[in-house]
Amino acid sequence: MHKVYHRIERIAGSVITVKADGVAYQELAQVTSPQGVSLARVIRIDKEMVDLQVFAGARGITTDSQVRFIGKPMEIPFSDSLLGRVFTGSGIPRDNGPLIEENPIQIGGPSVNPAKRIIPRNMVRTGIPMIDVFNTLVVSQKLPIFSIAGEPYNQLLARIALQAEVDVIVLGGMGLKHDDYLYLRDFLEQNGALSRSVMFVHTASDPIVECLLVPDAALAVAEQFAIKGKNVLVLLTDMTNFADAMKEIAITMEQIPSNRGYPGDLYSQLASRYEKAVDFDTAGSITILAVTTMPGDDVTHPVPDNTGYITEGQFYLRKGRIEPFGSLSRLKQQVNGSTRSDHRTIMNTMIQLYASFKETIEKQSMGFRMSTWDQKLLRYGVRFEKEMMDLSVNIPLEKALDLGWIILSDCFEPEETGIPSKMINEYWPKKG
Amino acid sequence: MASIGKITGVNGNLIRVAFVGAVAQNEVAYAKLPSGIKLKSEVIRIRGDYAELQVFEDTTGLKAGDDVEFTGELLSVELGPGLLGQVFDGLQNPLPRLAEECGFFLQRGKYLNALERDQKWAFTPVAKVGDKLTAGETLGTVPEGIFKHRIMVPFKVRKTVTVEKIMPAGDYTVEDVIAILKDADGNTVEAKIMQIWPVKIPIKQYSERMRPSEPMVTQQRIIDTFFPVARGGTYCIPGPFGAGKTVLQQLTSRYADVDIVILAACGERAGEVVETLREFPELNDPRTGKSLMERTLIICNTSSMPVAAREASVYTGVTLAEYYRQMGLNVLLLADSTSRWAQALREMSGRLEEIPGEEAFPAYLESVIASFYERGGVVRLKDGSIGSVTIGGSVSPAGGNFEEPVTQATLKVVGAFHGLSRERSDQRRFPAINPMDSWSKYEGIINEQKVQEARHILAMGIDVNQMMKVVGEEGTSMEDFITYLKSEYLDSVYLQQDAYHDIDAACSADRQQYLFDKVYEILKTAMTFKEKENARGFFLKLTQITKDWNRVEFKSKEFKELEEQIFKSVAEVATNA
Repeated sequence: MHKVYHRIERIAGSVITVKADGVAYQELAQVTSPQGVSLARVIRIDKEMVDLQVFAGARGITTDSQVRFIGKPMEIPFSDSLLGRVFTGSGIPRDNGPLIEENPIQIGGPSVNPAKRIIPRNMVRTGIPMIDVFNTLVVSQKLPIFSIAGEPYNQLLARIALQAEVDVIVLGGMGLKHDDYLYLRDFLEQNGALSRSVMFVHTASDPIVECLLVPDAALAVAEQFAIKGKNVLVLLTDMTNFADAMKEIAITMEQIPSNRGYPGDLYSQLASRYEKAVDFDTAGSITILAVTTMPGDDVTHPVPDNTGYITEGQFYLRKGRIEPFGSLSRLKQQVNGSTRSDHRTIMNTMIQLYASFKETIEKQSMGFRMSTWDQKLLRYGVRFEKEMMDLSVNIPLEKALDLGWIILSDCFEPEETGIPSKMINEYWPKKG
Repeated sequence: MASIGKITGVNGNLIRVAFVGAVAQNEVAYAKLPSGIKLKSEVIRIRGDYAELQVFEDTTGLKAGDDVEFTGELLSVELGPGLLGQVFDGLQNPLPRLAEECGFFLQRGKYLNALERDQKWAFTPVAKVGDKLTAGETLGTVPEGIFKHRIMVPFKVRKTVTVEKIMPAGDYTVEDVIAILKDADGNTVEAKIMQIWPVKIPIKQYSERMRPSEPMVTQQRIIDTFFPVARGGTYCIPGPFGAGKTVLQQLTSRYADVDIVILAACGERAGEVVETLREFPELNDPRTGKSLMERTLIICNTSSMPVAAREASVYTGVTLAEYYRQMGLNVLLLADSTSRWAQALREMSGRLEEIPGEEAFPAYLESVIASFYERGGVVRLKDGSIGSVTIGGSVSPAGGNFEEPVTQATLKVVGAFHGLSRERSDQRRFPAINPMDSWSKYEGIINEQKVQEARHILAMGIDVNQMMKVVGEEGTSMEDFITYLKSEYLDSVYLQQDAYHDIDAACSADRQQYLFDKVYEILKTAMTFKEKENARGFFLKLTQITKDWNRVEFKSKEFKELEEQIFKSVAEVATNA
């Protein structure tokens, strides 16, 4: 019943153009060429000319390749049997497992009615003091990890995935190195977390169009789990690759670029993905952590810049540590008042003292003489970096707060910390 | 009479339609999906026998050959009692009622009436049979919450009309006819409680527009004292991400001295709207004691909602603001953020393949922004009462760089500029308005000359601080050092405010005047210190007490005690002349 077209008018990048009628916007088509069969998606209709984005790329497509329209938009299957599986962006298994076809759901669906959202109020425990104590991750938050190439951001994601108290983990990999993909998969598998995870992976060598599908597929699945009442953590790495894929497609489509070659709708495109983070009024939630590598460590680059306007704070991963300055969880105020009464005190005091330590380091490097106070700060700074900031530290929030008091009491006298005396009486470790 | 057409092209949310008959620019049309769902769209360009339409919804599934119905009407909003306290999307669909019907997600093609059709309003006639009236003059009133909502001669009436018939006092729905009006040519107009008005056309049914002269107190010291905003004025808040634009707007919406606040959340995070949505009904308006929601109206088109409706949302906001202005009320419209709206324009312009201007923004960006801000203003209505629309727009410049087109185009047309700086927000100085770069053309609540002197001290303090970074503290003269400390003092006790503190979050005009005089007196006091260390110590202590002073009830016993303490310590270091 579906018409088959045999004449391709134009091929540019991964976009092909056919003359066809009765084709719907965003409809899928099957393109059969000597290279094999691939799906394609309608991205522009102009009279009878139809532009299609070929998921496998247009390489090797001949002018007489066969195009068959399927009559429905992009969908992926959804069921509990997705758990433990790895797919490509278009929903094809990558793990030699069986193809799943049940219960297809539309990807990139409509946005949530703001009237159905609630103010977030639960923290996500990660066991990483730099997050739990200083910039608490909150259920339904969307947070990017700003980093640069070479930093262990995937290791950080893997650890958070493992330790976060959530029901389902959905991992979306875009432009991943194959090694990184294997690392993430094996890490989750070895630690027994794969059975509650779904992975959508696009590696650097896969066709660029599939990269665009990964976040939509991952978030559509996450949304379904959330509606069923699950708390879902979505990990995306790396959103800069996603933006670059969009740039590539936009340029081949001869769109007018806005900033550094990126399309004018970069903000809206990123926002429509990040805004899927939600805490439903009467169901589950979606929390999004996304790696954004900053080309040249430049936060004003269009991708991190637009991301910053969309997300609720950011983590800076530099030199293998989460920077305490610059990193910010905008939602932490919603939860850190109700964890333990000393949470905010420890958070503020330790950061202020660490800032003073940084100043002292600067003074030291300029050759100034170190006072007793400076010596104390130096001792404190080293311990703070080693026992709190190091990413290998893995302790629950309460332990981390206790540890904070121990470090403070080892390095300072109570009155030097500026902590209100009520707190000191309650928490300052007694010597002896 | 309305035309029909057929789709010939689809490109994102832009469709091209071949039509027969007449089509108007900015006319609303509906594109029909094969499933029968109708998608609202607006004509944005006409060329020969085809028109280009922006669709306010996701266009997935539209085909070449699908039908399009033109309505013959421009994009309009419903005006009438029952708007306040509501939460609308950019096209004036009430979101809570949509949620009741459609559940968690926004379904495309679902449009609801903005005003409840079956709710009754207690109408009291004001006009009498035989009265000669023009558009915008009052026919009667209905109570809406704390306001007397005027029911007016429909704005679209062009000539003087005579009241033929007016309904007696009683309960009516918004669709009931409450008066029959007749013009000199014998044409009759039925006036209902509600009326319809196109969003892109300003409501101009007033007798004259005046210069904004009365300050709108926001209770933020740095704004009211240094960069005041007048009622009916316009201002913009550009700032990089995380500099506190939204917090500042939220505080303004709470404390600003106006009757009605309209929040247009345009392309920003849904989470922020949710906070307002869930918190405002709980909070009390300090002016009336009633829930804040009773004087607030939220238009919310968050970043993931359809892009084309973003543009509509700012116009919807300003039209509703103008409507309440027509009742002699002071309305504040806060748009967050106008950059997202400009980006929506850019996306459409790109799809239309227009020749791009700077950073691919369309060449008409400036005039569009200018005509939007020009809809703010103070007016004298036909009955002599005064109403105003104040517009505050936040701007999100790419990379935090104010040289970009949207910020620059906005600066040309606004009366005050509150530039937020990354540096100040990193130092946790709230509000992070840069006191050196910002400006205002309006008159404030404090003597202009004194404010200038205070700014001068701030500027000198910054210079000294720069110099100290090079020559060190040792190379700085005592006099300069004291100037620096004074400027820091002014900054921390006056410019900064604790947004989370019950008392310090809002500082009334009286208190600002009082506090400013006292701080000014301290700034003007010549002081002598032996060592720089003593000077620093003194100011640290003074800052601490003054901050405590800001945190106690105005004119309370504690307040007086702290004041005495401050001036006692100042007297100790003052130079004996």
